[in-house]
Parts: sequence; C-alpha cells; structure tokens
Amino acid sequence: MPVFLPATPAGPLAERITGRLARALLAAAGRLTSPLTPDDYLGLIDPLLSARHPAGRVTAVRPEGPGAVTLVIRPGRGWAGHRAGQYLPVGVELDGVRHWRTYSLTSPPEDGTRSRVLTVTVKEDPRGAVSPHLVHRTSPGTVLRLGPAQGEFVLPEPSPARMLMVTAGSGITPVMGMLRTLARRPPPARTDVLLLHSAPGPGDCLFRAELTGLARRAPWLRLHLHYTRSAGRLTAEHVGRLCPDWAARETWACGPAGLLDALRARWDAAGAARRLHVEHFRLLPLAPLAPAADGGGRVRFERSGVEAESAASVPLLHTGEAAGAVLPYGCRRGICFGCLAPLLHGRVRDLRTGEVHGEPGELIQTCVNGAAGPLALDL
Amino acid sequence: MTSTPAALPPLSPARAEEFGAALDRIRAEVVATRGDEDARYIRTVIAVQRGLEAGGRLALAVSLLPPAWCAGTAMLTVAKTLENMELGHNILHGQWDWMGDPAIHSTTWEFDFLTPADAWKHTHNHLHHTYTNVVGRDRDLGYTILRMSPEQPWHPVHLLQPLYAALLAPVFEWGIALYDLEADAVTDGRKSVRAFLGEVAHLARKAVRQCAKDYVLFPLLAGPSALPCLLGNVTANGLRNVWAHTVIFCGHFPGDVRTFTEEEIEDESRAQWYLRQVQGSADFEGGLLLRVLSGNLGHQIEHHLFPDLPSNRYAEIAPRVRRLCEKYGVPYATGPLWRQYASMWGRVLRHAVPWDLRR
Repeated sequence: MPVFLPATPAGPLAERITGRLARALLAAAGRLTSPLTPDDYLGLIDPLLSARHPAGRVTAVRPEGPGAVTLVIRPGRGWAGHRAGQYLPVGVELDGVRHWRTYSLTSPPEDGTRSRVLTVTVKEDPRGAVSPHLVHRTSPGTVLRLGPAQGEFVLPEPSPARMLMVTAGSGITPVMGMLRTLARRPPPARTDVLLLHSAPGPGDCLFRAELTGLARRAPWLRLHLHYTRSAGRLTAEHVGRLCPDWAARETWACGPAGLLDALRARWDAAGAARRLHVEHFRLLPLAPLAPAADGGGRVRFERSGVEAESAASVPLLHTGEAAGAVLPYGCRRGICFGCLAPLLHGRVRDLRTGEVHGEPGELIQTCVNGAAGPLALDL
Repeated sequence: MTSTPAALPPLSPARAEEFGAALDRIRAEVVATRGDEDARYIRTVIAVQRGLEAGGRLALAVSLLPPAWCAGTAMLTVAKTLENMELGHNILHGQWDWMGDPAIHSTTWEFDFLTPADAWKHTHNHLHHTYTNVVGRDRDLGYTILRMSPEQPWHPVHLLQPLYAALLAPVFEWGIALYDLEADAVTDGRKSVRAFLGEVAHLARKAVRQCAKDYVLFPLLAGPSALPCLLGNVTANGLRNVWAHTVIFCGHFPGDVRTFTEEEIEDESRAQWYLRQVQGSADFEGGLLLRVLSGNLGHQIEHHLFPDLPSNRYAEIAPRVRRLCEKYGVPYATGPLWRQYASMWGRVLRHAVPWDLRR
C-alpha cells in the first residue's frame, strides 16, 4: 500500500531513445496525449520506456551465499544515475500491492563506457514478505519499479587518501559499491583503504571471494575479516586495535545499530565525529518503537511542527487539529480521500477495521486512521 | 408511490446498527480479498482504453474514407467512455489506491474530461458522496439548476427544466466543469472570490489543452481528413457526454429514490448513513458490457455504500446487499436501464411545475 512518488529528472544517461530531438517530439506528443503523457503509452509497450514511473528489468539472478542473491537490473529510461554508496528503492508487486524496500547499490555508477547495469544484493529475512520473494521467486525478465537513488552515505569525489570502512553483515553492500568504484579506476597514489568487515563465519560472508581477491590485487586495499562465531561481536575496541589511526581517517560504517552507536560515541569522544559517516540499515520497515499503553502514540506533524499524543481510537486528523495544525480534510468519514497524507514513519490503525498498516511513504487517510505507536506525517 | 417516497417507518436503532454491521462485514470481506486479479482487471481496462484511443485517433487521421470515420469515431467514443467512467471516476474515488501504484492513484490521476480532477474530487467525492440527496446540502440533487424534489423551492425558470436538462446532455462535460466551480458558493459566502478566480484559471488551462487536442491539433494532423476528423472528435465527445449524463442521472433521479432533510442527518451514525445511501441511489441492470461501459455505476447503490471498493467487485456484492435490504425492509431501487431512464425524465417533468403531482 505504500505509494512512492519519485520526482526523477531525466538524467544525462537516461537518453538511450531520447536525445534533444526525441525529447522535443515527446513534448509535442504530450499535447496530443493530454491529460496523459506519451510515457503512459510507452510504458504499456514496455515499462522500461516510461521515464515518469522508472522501472528496471532483472537480467540475471546470482546466488550470493545462503539466503542471498544479487539481482542484476537493467534500468529503463527514467533512471537518473547514482553515486557509490547510495541505496535504491525497489518496488515489488505482491498480490496486486506494491511494496517498496531499499537496497544498497553494489554496482559502481555509470561512467559512460559500460552498459548501464545496476546490482543490488538482497538477503532473505524469513519474517518478511518482500525479501523472500526477491530471493526465491524472482527470475530474469521480472520488471521492478525503481525509485531515485538516495542517501548521503557516499564516496566523495575526489576520494580521500586514507579511509576506514567498518561493516557488519549486509552492511557491506554500500561499501562494496564504493570499493568497486575505487577498483574500476586507478585511485590516486597513496590511497589507503582499510576494510573491517564482520560476518558470522566464512560461509556466510557476503562477497568473500571478491573481497579477498581484490585485497590481493589492489595495493590500496587492506582487508580484515572478523568472524563473530569465533571472535565474538565486532566492537569499537576491536576497531581501535585493528586501526590505530582511526581518528585521522575518513570513516564509513554500516551495520547493526549497536555497533554504529558505539562507534559514534567513540568518534564523538575523540572529537572526530565529522569524519564518521554511518548508514543506518533496516531490513524491516520501521515498526513502532514503544507503543503507548493504550495502543496510541505520539504523532508528529512534520511540516506544521506540531506534536501531540494521540489515543488509539482518535483519528489522526482530530489529534492534529486539536493540537493546532491546519490539515487537509474532506468528508471526515473515510469516503472522499481528501485528507490523504504521506506517512513518514510509524504505523497506523484503520479505525473502521482495526487493521494495523503503514509503511514509509504510504498515503493514509487521516480521518479514519489512528496512531498505532509513535509516528510522523508529512503534513 | 409519491414523487419522493415518504420515509418508511425507520428501523429501530438496534436493527439499523445490525444492518450497518452486516454491510461492514461485506466491505471487510472485499478489502481482505483484493489482490492480483483486481490489479489485472484495472490494468487490462487501461490497456484496452489506450489501445482504443490510439486506434481511434489513427483511423480518424484517414477519415476521408467513410469506414475509417465510422470505426475511428466508434473506437474514440468507447475509449472516452471507458476513460471517464470505469477509469477516471473510479480511480479518483481512491478505489485502486490500495495497489500503491502511483500511476493508478487518486492523487495523481487526471481524466479526459473538462473539469480538473481536484475540483471534481471536492464536489463529487466530498460533497455529493457525504451529503447524498440531502436537500440544501447535496448540490448534485439537480446540479443547482434542476428541481428534483418538492422540498426544493420552485421558480418559474423550472418550467423550462425539461428543455435544458435535455440540452445539457450533449454538452455535459461543460455543465459539470462550470458546476464544479461552485459559483453559488461565492454568492453564499462559502468561497472567496480569489479562490474562485484561481479555480476558473485552473479550469481554463485544462480546457485549452482539452479543446486544442480534440478540435485543433488532431484535425490539423489529419491533413485532408481534417474536417471529418474534427467531426469524429466532436461526435465522440458528444456521445460520451450523453452517455455519462444518462448513467449519472439514472443513479439518483429515478422516481423511487428518496431525498432527505438536514434535520434527518443530524448526528447520523455510520449505519444511518448506510441507510440513506441505499435509499438515495438507484441501480440499473445489465450485462458485462453495460457494466464496464457505465463504470459499474449500474451498481450505484453499492457504489454509494462503498465508494472506495474496486468497481469490478460491485456486481459480486450486489445480490448480497439486495438480500440484506429485503431482510431489513429497506427499499432497493433497481430495474432495467430504460425504465430508470423513463422514471428519471418523469421526475424532471413533474418537478418543473410548482404543484406536488402524484403519479
């Protein structure tokens, strides 16, 4: 039920069938297809031709150890490119309903010389619905919806001379995109990258062969694999021991919240917080952190800057208005959809059916939904 | 039967709540079983509609040939009908929002109809569906120009209403576009002049695009076939207008549909709202083709009970709703299209004069 409304500009690389003339033609054709766009017709022929609703086609599915696969995706006309380290919103349709999940891009950005291909690596979460579908029931030819690449966890241009990467589990994925980008072009002399990666054991270490191979070949990369089954959980103390000059390095860290919090505290204490970049990784959509006793929760109306407690049985619209926010409304009984607002995070309860739902980006009717835990609305 | 059937002895509050709970269960069942098949249905209608539109435009480009004119005009008429009824109206109701597909969503859809989708969603989804058939609140009850119930004050101009109701049909989209501007709300002080002017500009922009496409650009592109192409487009829009007018008027104006007073809806519960929706709407019967071409609005009662359920499911729940109404003694108005159509005109004629005529 989430609705993702990406505003993707046609990027410089999204022009396989365009070019200036073709674009002018499409704009002219838009006069004829109004109120639809030529994209709406092109997308019927092949979803990849639609720039308005970007899509990609899976061209290969590569097993990547137990319960993980790498999806190789050829993006269509609407793809606007990405920077190494960013993540990709992927839209998957399950029983008629589109679900969005984000996965770190592991492919280097297009450099104009190779064919445009994206890769994401998906690890199955047996409790979820989307990742098992992507891992076990996705075959070449499947069309996936793509959102615009996002995230500030990126490799800067030019890349710094000394870098430290600390990753755990599937936290390796955005860093893999960075390493492949560095490996593709000769990095500046004196570049020194230390990667500390933690996995349960060699058998379930993502990209193990590629990482060890790259560390052998590339003079700029040093690799330390940390196996938690034998060496215990990777901690900030481990990092300090393995990389004594950590505070002087530009650092990227991605993994479980516990590890990231510990690193954050250590870097803060050393006055090096500016050099630490972290990516919070979530395999599951956000769940309510601590539902209030009665099932309601604290609601934040982001744009209005209003925050209020909302009981489980009170429509969000009432809560907001009572707290002084000016909100869109219509019939106030769930009929007209005039009050739709995007959910930023948290979950809501449909007061008519009791169903708890909500994913980031989903448009919800504030007049018939109550809070199911703390949440924020883009209102 | 009176022109506006008197209120039946109302259900006891407990019976009304039971009736409402049974309808809630029907709704919940449909919501729980929405899935792949429904998604396939709406995407198929979209593909057929766009295919017909493209085919119609191509045929009209060579419409100097009479068979091409006939085929092109027919295809374009059907395409525009599907676009307005099964797609535009229903998608703008949020019937397909559950799919989470931004391309088929009430917030992004714009239809091939003069009035902008935003304006339509306000007057139709909000005002009409909330205050269905409440005299003084539901502007759709006669669209502010027709007198459809004895409670509405009579003015001499209503003597002409059979004439202008008929003249409205072929230009229905213009009528709706002007109606959605709610000029009466400005004189009542419910809307500012500034907001009104903004909406006029919004409508003007869309109208220019719509008219340029159908009456200038496609005819010009047709070269030697310009004139027949223009005629084909005018015909397609006109036929679509007449059909939309027919379907919509048959949904609320047949003789056995009730109206309500503002006092009656004070403190209305959800169950009472359901009761009003059933009695304020009328179905007409037909096969699959008629259903699709009318946007499933032959199931106007089901649509008014559950405006946000996917239209392809109305036919499946209609027999259950009807049985439920029989069980609780709630009138359920239905009949063949021609009879509802005749009954609707009877009502337009009866209320043209100031006397309360009995049939």
